[in-house]
Amino acid sequence: MVELRRDSVNVKIKELNSDIAHFRDLSITIGAITKETWVEPMGPTPYPSLTTLRSWDLKLLERYKPFYLPFCDLCCMCTYGKCDLTGNKLGACGISMAAQQSRTVLLAACIGASTHTAHARDLLTHLIERYGEDHPINVGELNVDIEAPLTRLVCGIKPVNLGDFEEVLDYCEKQLTQLLSVTHTGQEGNNLDFESKVFHAGMIDHVGMEVADIAQISALGFPKSDPEASLADLGLGTVDIKKPVILVIGHNVPPATEIIDYLKTRDLMSEAEVTGICCTALDMTRYSAKAKIIGPISWQLRYVRSGVPDVIVIDEQCIRADILQEAQHIHAPLIATSGKNCCGLPDRTHDVPDEIVADFVSGKITGALILDPVKVGEVAVRTALAIAPKREKHKLLPTHDELIKLAKKCTGCVLCRRACPNDLPISYAVKAAAQGNISGLDELYDDCVGCGRCESACPQKIPVHSIIVAAAEKKTRDESYRIRTGRGAIQDIEIRKVGGPLVLGEIPGIVAFVGCANFPKGSREVAEMCMEFAKRRYIVCTSGCSAISAGMYRNEEGKTAYEIYPGSFEAGGIVNVGSCVSNAHISGAAIKIASIFARRPLRGNYEEIADYVYNRVGAVGVAWGAMSQKAASIAAGFWRLGIPVVVGPHGTKYRRMLLGRSDKEQDWYVYDARTGEKVYGGPVPEHLFFAAETKEEAMVMVAKLTMRPNDTSKGRAIKLTNYIDLHKRLIGGMPHDVHLLVRKQADIPLTMKEDIEKILKEMEWTEHEIPDPTLLSRMIRKSKEA
Amino acid sequence: MPLAESWQTAEIPGPKKASLIIKPDIADAIIRRAKRPIMIVGYGAVEYEVEGIKLIECLIELANKGKIPVVVTASTAREFLNRGFSPAALMPAVDIGNRLTDPAWKGLDGKESYDLAIFVGLPYSMEWTILSGLKHFAPYLKTMTLDCVYQPNASWSFPNSTIKDWAANLRGIVENLGD
Ligand code: SF4
Ligand code: SF4
Ligand code: SF4
Repeated sequence: MVELRRDSVNVKIKELNSDIAHFRDLSITIGAITKETWVEPMGPTPYPSLTTLRSWDLKLLERYKPFYLPFCDLCCMCTYGKCDLTGNKLGACGISMAAQQSRTVLLAACIGASTHTAHARDLLTHLIERYGEDHPINVGELNVDIEAPLTRLVCGIKPVNLGDFEEVLDYCEKQLTQLLSVTHTGQEGNNLDFESKVFHAGMIDHVGMEVADIAQISALGFPKSDPEASLADLGLGTVDIKKPVILVIGHNVPPATEIIDYLKTRDLMSEAEVTGICCTALDMTRYSAKAKIIGPISWQLRYVRSGVPDVIVIDEQCIRADILQEAQHIHAPLIATSGKNCCGLPDRTHDVPDEIVADFVSGKITGALILDPVKVGEVAVRTALAIAPKREKHKLLPTHDELIKLAKKCTGCVLCRRACPNDLPISYAVKAAAQGNISGLDELYDDCVGCGRCESACPQKIPVHSIIVAAAEKKTRDESYRIRTGRGAIQDIEIRKVGGPLVLGEIPGIVAFVGCANFPKGSREVAEMCMEFAKRRYIVCTSGCSAISAGMYRNEEGKTAYEIYPGSFEAGGIVNVGSCVSNAHISGAAIKIASIFARRPLRGNYEEIADYVYNRVGAVGVAWGAMSQKAASIAAGFWRLGIPVVVGPHGTKYRRMLLGRSDKEQDWYVYDARTGEKVYGGPVPEHLFFAAETKEEAMVMVAKLTMRPNDTSKGRAIKLTNYIDLHKRLIGGMPHDVHLLVRKQADIPLTMKEDIEKILKEMEWTEHEIPDPTLLSRMIRKSKEA
Repeated sequence: MPLAESWQTAEIPGPKKASLIIKPDIADAIIRRAKRPIMIVGYGAVEYEVEGIKLIECLIELANKGKIPVVVTASTAREFLNRGFSPAALMPAVDIGNRLTDPAWKGLDGKESYDLAIFVGLPYSMEWTILSGLKHFAPYLKTMTLDCVYQPNASWSFPNSTIKDWAANLRGIVENLGD
C-alpha cells in the first residue's frame, strides 16, 4: 500500500528530451511517499480535536475530582481586574475560583506543551536542513518496530522519515493555538472542561516530545534503545579546570553537538572540556560520552560562580534570566543561540567567526546572539581556546576569611530565610559563620536549590548563596559520579518480556523519576528513592534533571545508582531514557505494553489504549522537584493515559491535586468486560496527582499507586507486600487501608497473613471478584442485555 | 519581625487574611467553641523542641485535654505511637485537606462534619496552599494554625514568633484547656 501525505506533489525535471524518453535528473516527490507497511486499520480518533476525548477525561475527573489550592485569591488577567475571587465571589467576567484555578493550570500546561513542541519544531527544521527530510527514523535498529507509539496512537500515522514529522507538529501547533485561546476571558467557564483541555495539552505535549527525541536520536546518532549506553562523567569534580572549559545550558542540543564536532574534527577533544547543565548536558552525552554533566538546573549559579567556565553557551528553557550578568561577573563570554532567548545581545549570526572571536578575546563584547549552530561550534571553541590561558579564573566565591568577614555584616533580620523556598535556617548558619563556624553553611548546600533568592533579599548585600557554596567547597570538589547516558526508547523485545509480569503484577510496577530539581531536600532523595525501588525489583526509569540527580549519590561501596543497576527495562533496572523530551519514551513504553503485549489496536485509538494502561499497567511518575510549566504538561500527558503522578511538597503550588476518595465506594465501580456488569474494582490507583510531604510519604504512596484493578492475586500480593513493608518501615505500623486493597483471600501476602487478617476481621471485610476492568462500555464483550 | 506578614515574604494571598492569635486565650476560646474540631499534624512537629520539651508532647496533651481527634501525615505517626497516643488516622495532608472540602463528608468517625481544623507542622508552603484550598472551598470550616509563623490563609494564626514566645503560647493554650 502506498499512502500519500497531504503535502503537494513535487516534480523536478532538469532535462526532458522527449518523444517518449531521455530524462536526466528526474526527481518526482509526491509529498513523501510513505511505503505503507502498516496494515492496521485506522482507529476511531486520529488527530483528536479539543473535544474528541472529552468523555474519557470526564470519566477520570469524575473519580479524581480536582482539589484546588489557589496560590492567589485574585485574578489579574484582564483590565476588569484585579478581581477578588475569594470564597463564592465571581470575577467581573463571571468566572469562579475553581474555573480560574483550572484556567491557570491550563495556561501552565499550554506553556509547557508549546515549549516542547516549539523545541521539536526548531530541532526538526535544523535536522531536516542538515540531513534531509528523507533521513530515516531509527530509534532502535531492528529491536524497535513501533518507532513512535504516541504519534501512531494520537495521529494515526506511522512516520518513516524525518519529513513525516512535519504534519505531526502541524497538528500539535494547531491544537496548542486552540488550547491557548480557551484561556481568554469569556471562553470556557466550567472547571472540568478546563481540566479536560489540560489533559489535551498534556497529550499534545507527549507527541511533541516524541517528535523531538526521535528526530535527534535518528539524525544525531544517539544511543538507540541501548540498555548498555555508555556511562558519562557527572559532577563539578570531574572537570579538569586546567583545560579551556565550555559550559552549555538548556535543552536544544545542536549548538552543543556542533561544539563537539568542531573539537573532534580538529582532534581537540582532549584539549578542552565540554560541560553542561540540564537537558542539553544530558543530550550531548548521548552524542559523545566524553562530554560532562555538571548537575541539574540547580547547579547553574554555583557552577557559573565557581568561575570555571571560560565560555557559556545557552540555548533554550530553564536558563536563568540573569545569566548574562552572572557570566559578566566571571568574565566569561556568553553565546545565546536561540531566537527564544536572545538575552538582549547583538545579533552576530551573519558575521564571520574571526571577527566574533576577536571581539570576544579583546573584550569588545561580552555576549553575542548567534543563530547558526555550526557557527556557534566554531566561535565557542576558538574563543574558549584563546581566552582560557589569559583568563584568570575569575572566581566569585569568597575565600574562608572573606566569607567570615561577609557573615559579620549579618544583622539577623531573617529576610534570607523568609525568601528561601525551602525555609532553610540560613540566618543561624550565617551567624555561626560570623563566629568562625562554617559547618552550618556547609550543611545548607545539600538542601539548597540554588535559586539565589536569599541574596536578592539580603539588605546587607551579603552574597548568601555564594557563601553557602564557598563553605561547601570541599564537597563540590568531591562531586564526581557516573551516569548512564540516555538510551532513548524501550525495545519492543523488552516490552514483550516484561509485559506479562507487569500486567499480572509480578513486576510490581514502573516508577519513573522525571522532571526538575526544585527538591525539598536536595538531589540525594531522588537517588535514594531510585535505588530503593530498583532493589525491590520495580522497573525504574529516569529522565531530565531527575536522571542527573539520581546519579549524584554513592552507596557505601562508592557506586552510583547507574553503576549498580542495569540500564535495561526489566525488574531492577534503572533506565535513563534521556532528557525532558525523552519522557515520551516512558509514556510510549506504557502504550507499547497495551499494543505489543496485549495486542490492542494502536492506530488512532487513544481511549482504548488509555483505558488499558489505566486499568492494567502499574506505572507511576514521580516528579519530586517539579518546578516548570513543562513538568505540568508532562504530568498532564501521563494523567490522560491514566498514569498517576506524585510530586514533592512544592507541587501543591501547581494549584490543584487530582485525588480519589478511597472512602467512597461508589466512586470505584468499573465495567467487567466479560459480563458488562458494573462491579467494585477497589480504590486503585487511588490518586492521579498527589503531592507528598516527605520522601517517605512519597515512597509509600508510589507503592500503593502501582496497584491496578486488573492485578492477579499473585501480583496484588507482591504489590501489597511492598506497600505494607514500606509503610511499616517509613510511616510506622500497618496502613489503615489494607482492607480496601485486598480483594480475595489469595491477595494476602503469606508473610503478612496474621497482621492483615486481623485488620480484615476488624473491618468486617468480605471478598469481591477481580473484574476484567474497563471504564468504556464499548469494551464490554458481551452486553448484559444480550 | 513583622507579626502578620506571610512568613515566606512573597506568599501573599489577597484580601482575606488570618486573624492573629495574640494570646493563648483566643485559641482556647476558639477550640472550646468548636463542636467538632480536628487536628492535622505534619512532620515538622517531630522536629521542634523547646526548652527540652518536644512540640509533639505538647500536642498530645492538647489533643487529650481538648478531646481532639488527630490526623497525622507523612511519617509522623511513629512518634505518636511511641508515646502511647493513637492518632485517629494516618493520612497524607492533601488527602485530609481534600476530604475537608467535601460538605457531605461526615468525618473520620462517620458522624458529623468538622467545624474547626487545627494545622501544625506541615512544610510552610504546603500548609499555605492547603489552607488556601480550605479558605476557598470549605466555607463552613474554620481553620487555625499552631505553627510559630503567620499563615495568612488560615482563619486564625499565630504571628511570626520566636520559638520561645511560641512555646509559651502553646503551653498557655494547653493549660487553659485543662481548666
Ligand atoms: S479575567 Fe475575569 S476574573 Fe480575571 S481579571 Fe478579568 S474579569 Fe476578573
Ligand atoms: S539559593 Fe538556596 S539557600 Fe538561597 S534561597 Fe535559594 S534554596 Fe534557599
Ligand atoms: S538577610 Fe542578610 S542580614 Fe538578614 S539574616 Fe539573612 S544574611 Fe543576615
